[in-house]
Amino acid sequence: MNSKYIAEDKLLLLEINEELDHHTTETIRRKADFEIEKYMPKKTIFDFNGVTFMDSAGIGMLLGRYKIAKMLGGSVEMINVKPSIKKVFDMCGIPKIIKIS
Amino acid sequence: MKSIYENEMKLEFLSKSNNEAFARIAVAAFASQLDPTLEELADIKTAVSEAVTNCIIHGYEDMEGIVKIESRIYDNTIEIEISDSGKGIEDIKTAREPLYTSKPNLERSGMGFTIMESFMDEMKVESILGMGTKVTMKKAIKKYEKSKEEECMYV
Repeated sequence: MNSKYIAEDKLLLLEINEELDHHTTETIRRKADFEIEKYMPKKTIFDFNGVTFMDSAGIGMLLGRYKIAKMLGGSVEMINVKPSIKKVFDMCGIPKIIKIS
Repeated sequence: MKSIYENEMKLEFLSKSNNEAFARIAVAAFASQLDPTLEELADIKTAVSEAVTNCIIHGYEDMEGIVKIESRIYDNTIEIEISDSGKGIEDIKTAREPLYTSKPNLERSGMGFTIMESFMDEMKVESILGMGTKVTMKKAIKKYEKSKEEECMYV
């Protein structure tokens, strides 16, 4: 996962570049929490361009980061979500909680 | 001995989380002989990933054990059986409910069984406490007529 912080917009961009399952989410969770807690961004954007697979472990990981970002006064968004991944999000009702654009 | 199925395979591996990707890719490769669409293949991969993760996290609770996969092909349908010899499920009905998780501290979404159920045509869960759990899933792969141009592409 690559991260980029744009200070003037208080925006944290997290680019995920692996398949999201129970095995890979562990590392991503730690890295994302580190970045979110360090910058306390107004907005955290997860870029899904490099994500070709996701199961429910990805949902759990995202909801966890959403809770932390919200607690620190920020919001979460997702961009570049592929149709096969959108299908999993839709089924779990995620678009009602986290904006997908 | 002649199999009553058109094709079948068996797979056994250690309950390590880095085998989750191996398992779903292996089953997807086996399923690809039915000529599924990319969407059907993604559905199968997601369902397999959920079932294997359940064996690792819940069945064996991160202790080492063997996860077994058996898969069969017949009538344009793939049947996948994923099992562990772990601790078993006490209450299958509750476990299958959307958003239910026995491990909320692990940030599990509780959507595993719901995803398997909706991405596959059929799902059955059998479990004996202290003996293990077996999930059986089926999905029919629609035969679609390839257009003339597509056929030309493959010739």
